[in-house]
Amino acid sequence: MRPDNTTNHEVGLPISEVIKTASKKQEQRRWLLLSPALILLLLAASGPLLIVLVYSFLTPGDYSGVIWELSLDGWIQVIWQRDIFTGSIALSDAHLRILLRSIKLSFLTTILTLIMGFPTAYFIATRSKKRRSLWLFLITIPFWTNLLIRTFAIMEVVRNEGILNALLLALNVIDQPIQILYTDFAILAGMLYVFLPLMVLPIYSSMERFDFNLVEAGYDLYATRWRTMRRIILPIIRPGIVAGSILVFVPSLGAYVTPRILGGGKSMMLGNLIELQFGQGNNWPLGASLSFFLLALTMIFLLLYVRLTSKSAKSHV
Amino acid sequence: MFKLLKRKSFRFDIRHQNGFTSIAIICFIFLYTPIFTMMVYAFNQGDSIALWEGFSLRWFVSAWGNEQVKDSALRSLIVAIFASGISTTVATMAAIATTRTKSFRGQNIVYAIINQPLMVPEIVTGVALLIFFALVKTVTGYAGLGFLILAHTAFCIPFAYLPIRARLEGMDLILETAAADLYATPWKTFRLVTFPLLFPGIIAGAMLAFVISLDNVVITELVKSAGQDTLPTYMLGQLRRAITPEINAISTVLLAITVVILTLFYLLNRKSE
Repeated sequence: MRPDNTTNHEVGLPISEVIKTASKKQEQRRWLLLSPALILLLLAASGPLLIVLVYSFLTPGDYSGVIWELSLDGWIQVIWQRDIFTGSIALSDAHLRILLRSIKLSFLTTILTLIMGFPTAYFIATRSKKRRSLWLFLITIPFWTNLLIRTFAIMEVVRNEGILNALLLALNVIDQPIQILYTDFAILAGMLYVFLPLMVLPIYSSMERFDFNLVEAGYDLYATRWRTMRRIILPIIRPGIVAGSILVFVPSLGAYVTPRILGGGKSMMLGNLIELQFGQGNNWPLGASLSFFLLALTMIFLLLYVRLTSKSAKSHV
Repeated sequence: MFKLLKRKSFRFDIRHQNGFTSIAIICFIFLYTPIFTMMVYAFNQGDSIALWEGFSLRWFVSAWGNEQVKDSALRSLIVAIFASGISTTVATMAAIATTRTKSFRGQNIVYAIINQPLMVPEIVTGVALLIFFALVKTVTGYAGLGFLILAHTAFCIPFAYLPIRARLEGMDLILETAAADLYATPWKTFRLVTFPLLFPGIIAGAMLAFVISLDNVVITELVKSAGQDTLPTYMLGQLRRAITPEINAISTVLLAITVVILTLFYLLNRKSE
């Protein structure tokens, strides 16, 4: 007898029908359970993004907000500027400088956190099991400390009267305090400080399971330290390095608090330029266009990350 | 010299990498010097955060007596309690709906929506909410704390969802199936079997959401109406003015709270291991 022909005597339906209605019910239950979270997110996260897209094509209002007139000026002004008198369009130096600074500083932050974070993760992963959790704990404290507090702590260090200047003075490197606060260097120092734990943690988690017998095998085969590092250790912990780099690079690109405190009005990044358009700048369509521009940059790097990791997953198989 | 070389090669440590330990030590010094300096000056007697004039608790006292600090700290707590409560509840439901099932239609879109706050830069979400809420405010005239709570709830959802989901994935379906076999209703199964097993994950998710809400600066700064400062946005505003050690004192207290919570977590984890 084929299972399809068996009938459920109580209801008088074929079993396959019963299963179908059961799975339909399950499907309904799933969407019912999902709906509150989805509604909240659509209302206060995804939906508003569409409004931003609409606003980016409107005309700025006189005091704030927008006038409902179609205009491409918001998008044009992302990197170009219109001459007020002649109406001709030229590349905007100010915006380009801010854009390049954002990319440059995010890139440098990623490299520097990698240079400092990889050895640190390696160091933690090679401690004894008991010690390891203590060192890890020391990384998690700054990680969980409020970003504002950490940025503020760096601000005190790089101030004219701060300990960095005091140290340089004491070492006779300089003979009077130098201005560090409100420079690109200050932002870089701050972002390095703020994002360092984000690099250490993922590298550590891929380093933790690393089998050092592989390294021993490499040395047995007369590989040098550099060669075992390059050919054995680095390829295996690559997912951790890629994850850490993305975790540092993407938030750096959209950083707002750190450049605002350490860069001031002189050294802005993309995040500050966006905020400016909704405050003093008073150009909501430009702010909306810049937001989408930043979003697109972020998505490109996230997609790159997905491709990189799925490729490496395949190559390991 | 030769002897030294020989001894070194004899104790060849395969884990050793030249310079790594020094970099790690530098890294830890780099991470802790600014925090320590900041904490030290919280106890400064003078008005300066650069000149040490002796030990005193006056800045803690003055922060405690500052109405604006109290006001914004209270607002931070209210927002965080509501946001973490609501987000954990809906995230638990979402986690139950999406875990331990076969893949379903629309699955990728659901994941993308849930994880969106983790991927979209905060400043972009903040701007989006600023525009959206400005529209709602002009239409309804309402400008209360509800906007902040709604915004915080939304970006807390993925942070609550992830630990709950991780916990669920580690749980076997067998117990729930057994309960269902014994004619327990779905609600009873959830209340008596799933929920108690899931509870540690829910607590972890709620704590994570609470901390994330409490720490948020960017979205709050853009969304808040006038006079709706939370503690972080109040501090951000103060940094523009002449800085007194009062900010150090507030930061030190917040830091101490973080360290206490983390230490508790650390000790609890060690015990369970």
